[in-house]
Amino acid sequence: MAFSSHSGPVSPPGTVLAEARHIRQFYHKDSAADVQVLDDVNLSLHVGEIVGLLGRSGSGKSTLLRIMAGLLPPTSGEVLWKGKPLHGPAQDIAVVFQSFALFPWMTVEENVALGLDARGVPAAERDVLVEDAINLIGLGGYENAWPKELSGGMQQRVGLARALVVKPALLLMDEPFSALDVLTAENLRTDLIELWSEQKLPVQSMLIVTHNIEEAVLMCDRIVIASSNPGRIAHVLSVPFAHPRNREDQAFRQLVDHIYALMTQRAPIVSEATLVNSGANGAPVAPAFRALVPVSITMLIGMMEALAAPPLNGRADLPVLAEKLQLELDDLFPLGESLELLGLAELEDGDILLTDDGVHFVLSDLDERKAMMRHALLHHVSLVKMICAALDERSSHTVRAERFREELEASMSPDYAQQTLQTIIGWARFAELFDYDEEGDRFFLEDTTSE
Amino acid sequence: MNYSQLGFSSQPNLLSSITQRYLNRVDVLLLVCVAALAIGVGTAVRHMLGPLVPVAATPVHLEFRYLPGYALRTTLRMFAALALSLVFTFGYATLAARSRRARQLLLPLLDVLQSVPILGFLTFTVTFFLGLFPGRVLGGELAAIFTIFTSQAWNMTLGMYQSLRSVPADLEETARCFGLTSWQKFWRLEVPCAVPSLVWNAMISMAGGWFMVVYSESITVGNTDVVLPGVGSYVGVAIEQQNIAAVGAAIVAMMVVILIYDQVLFRPLAAWAARFRLGTGAGGVQASEPWFLRLVRRTRLLSALGGVLLLGLRKISYLPLGSRNGSVVAPAPASAGRGEWLWRIGIGAIFMVAFYQVWVYGRDTYTLGQIEHVFTLGGFTLLRVISMLVLASLIWVPLGVWFGLNPARARAAQLAAQYCAAFPANLFFPVFVVGIVHFHLTPDIWLTPLMILGAQWYILFNVIAGTSSFPVELLEVCRDLNVKGWFWWRRVLLPGIMPYYLVGAIAASGGAWNAAIASEMAEWGSTTLTAHGLGAYIAQATQKGDMSEVGLGTATMCVLVMLLNTLFWRPFSDYAARRLKLN
Repeated sequence: MAFSSHSGPVSPPGTVLAEARHIRQFYHKDSAADVQVLDDVNLSLHVGEIVGLLGRSGSGKSTLLRIMAGLLPPTSGEVLWKGKPLHGPAQDIAVVFQSFALFPWMTVEENVALGLDARGVPAAERDVLVEDAINLIGLGGYENAWPKELSGGMQQRVGLARALVVKPALLLMDEPFSALDVLTAENLRTDLIELWSEQKLPVQSMLIVTHNIEEAVLMCDRIVIASSNPGRIAHVLSVPFAHPRNREDQAFRQLVDHIYALMTQRAPIVSEATLVNSGANGAPVAPAFRALVPVSITMLIGMMEALAAPPLNGRADLPVLAEKLQLELDDLFPLGESLELLGLAELEDGDILLTDDGVHFVLSDLDERKAMMRHALLHHVSLVKMICAALDERSSHTVRAERFREELEASMSPDYAQQTLQTIIGWARFAELFDYDEEGDRFFLEDTTSE
Repeated sequence: MNYSQLGFSSQPNLLSSITQRYLNRVDVLLLVCVAALAIGVGTAVRHMLGPLVPVAATPVHLEFRYLPGYALRTTLRMFAALALSLVFTFGYATLAARSRRARQLLLPLLDVLQSVPILGFLTFTVTFFLGLFPGRVLGGELAAIFTIFTSQAWNMTLGMYQSLRSVPADLEETARCFGLTSWQKFWRLEVPCAVPSLVWNAMISMAGGWFMVVYSESITVGNTDVVLPGVGSYVGVAIEQQNIAAVGAAIVAMMVVILIYDQVLFRPLAAWAARFRLGTGAGGVQASEPWFLRLVRRTRLLSALGGVLLLGLRKISYLPLGSRNGSVVAPAPASAGRGEWLWRIGIGAIFMVAFYQVWVYGRDTYTLGQIEHVFTLGGFTLLRVISMLVLASLIWVPLGVWFGLNPARARAAQLAAQYCAAFPANLFFPVFVVGIVHFHLTPDIWLTPLMILGAQWYILFNVIAGTSSFPVELLEVCRDLNVKGWFWWRRVLLPGIMPYYLVGAIAASGGAWNAAIASEMAEWGSTTLTAHGLGAYIAQATQKGDMSEVGLGTATMCVLVMLLNTLFWRPFSDYAARRLKLN
């Protein structure tokens, strides 16, 4: 238990430990223009605080964490670590990964000792430190186990012990609990906060990247909310509650609601009209297409039906809906946004409400729903409009998908482009707008080929 | 079987206190074994370095008591080659993985080397090494070892390269985050990632290697007879003297050798390598611990020895050598700099010179008619390979499916097939040849099955693997919907096992091409049987010591193999991987 000794002099609370200045990050591509991941991000971490970096997928929060860890050089801007520019991983910054990142061929003990062995710490000293870290994090007795023998929660404890054993001043955690089940995650969060409050952790500050709003409010002293595409810092909130915190507390619930509201009030969707204007102004060209998260048509319909049903009657508080549907933020938002994109629902102040079209959709039969979806896709999704136009132009009524993939890749990474295309194919198939031939990688109109 | 012992696997202390006395006796036995092995190895090595005995007088005796010694020497050659292959693999694969430029050159080269029939190398290697060490057995030994090396190294290298290129990003980041140097990263991250593929490929390589070692121990290149004491030369002499009993003895000796190799080395190694497999969860069914590995883990002396060894390795692997790799690599600029152009021009120039050389040599040496003739022979051999693949598939696919559908049967058959695949099929050739001579059969037809003798097992064990990993629910659906007969085969099972079958068929095809050189020409005493084909052409040219003919034949076979790969196997397996892969 005597593990609280910090490496080096302990700075008084409030001192700036790490500082990211004007970080911009581009995703490099060989062919077309680069895709921007982070845009002018400034963030400082102080001694004695837990900071939560809250954002959706596409907000570049994991990228920012890697930049602060020195694992990734920013395209421009710099990270100051204890006042000096950071080039590459520093000795007293440690990272905990979402996937645990344990070496399957090392025992728990060997995994924990990794950082010490790399530094050449003498065996006797190393063993003491490893044992302390293992006991601190509640892994005592598991020293000789192989990672695959452990449950996810225990594996993440190994990840934590491995990070703590090098006595880092800063602990960076990349969605550390999102790969765990609800109970395990809660258990680990509570243990970690308890150790932190009792000042048993050898760290001076922690940064937790997460997409779970409640988790951020439960653990952090300060919450930084990032917006998406490209990632920017949208809001900074301080959390005034003392540990341990109670999820059912009125003030706690209010803060969660408030953050939901902040996160739904997104930057306005870039329409093609504003695109042309911003291009003319000489400002950087905003992405022409938005990346679509894979949302299946059945999920969309399920969500609308749940919304329309009696207790909600077409309008719901997002946290409440999340709980009712047992969805996490990262699942709920894409659903809401997709519905909004199609004009079937609207997001407003942390609420979601069905539009008139949405209500009509729910009340319709299958054929009518398909017709409405056709209409919505053609009017609201420019990519679908383009594909349909191209298909109509050709006498063969087929068109290569590669062409559209390339166009998408001009504004997003190849992975997102592929995912977006797949989502659109799924929707279009439901609407019976066009079909896709995977083998030939082409779109085609169903009727013409069957004749 | 021994569940009580298996259950103790995580508590070695408890076990050793119970069975201490028994284990100590085993220790002594093992100590004696190790000493005997050391003496044997020492003697064999001394003989290797001895002066060259006049070729005709190289004493290979057919008495059975000499066989164990010969078998040991054959085994030593194998392991020398394996060590060489490992060193080569580490160097070549690491270079290819680290340097983009090296990769552009090394990968295609590897592709070519893989499709060269190994026995075609023989003429060149024998001549080269005998010239390097005139008058010493060492030259012949090195030639044999190098020949085996050429049969082992390429797939090991490719496997290691692929592992190095697919090191998981999160582990790589962890290594950098905790400040591992490049040396530490290599031994703690990259090599462990490659272990499963290394062990698997080494095992496949060894299977091919036994064939090569038997072939290369007794070889005639022009006027030079190279006879290296070993199982291969023993069989060679037996053929000369028409002694079928000796052939049988050699087969038995080889069976024992491979059984020992399989039990003592390969199975424990494969079980141990499972620890290094990446991926989530338990990773399938845990095979029972091989007895030898259990012995190593439970025996006090051996496990202590292993512990010391591992500790030493850990210390070495954590030596702070190399850069800390802290300064992260900036993304490579998209535009090609001047260096890039110089590099390309250099490569281009080398290629042009090489091409010119080959062209001039080809023009001066070969007539068009000769080339045509060789390609015609290649066509015959191609027909043989295809027909044998079809035949082997017709036999082994239904049988493999039958084995694979029952887990217990599958396991037993799998072990048997792996064992058979490792066995050098060319030891059986004389048995067939005696039959052909005795019944006056047509060599053109009856020599053909020999080429698939060793290669067929690849088809079998891949079909078994495919069938036993076929989802049970899908089979249940078929039973539920009463899907059976030919329809079941055509629409359900064959598509399901196709990716596996293709892996086996491709390996079998490669093996068959290689074996063609050894199988299209066979001798029994003074009788020589020859089938018309490219393999016989190369074998005859080797015996004549005609470098140019060997070169032409080998090159032709190489071209045919590569054409078959690019035009048939690759598109087919791409399609299977895309369409037919289950989950």
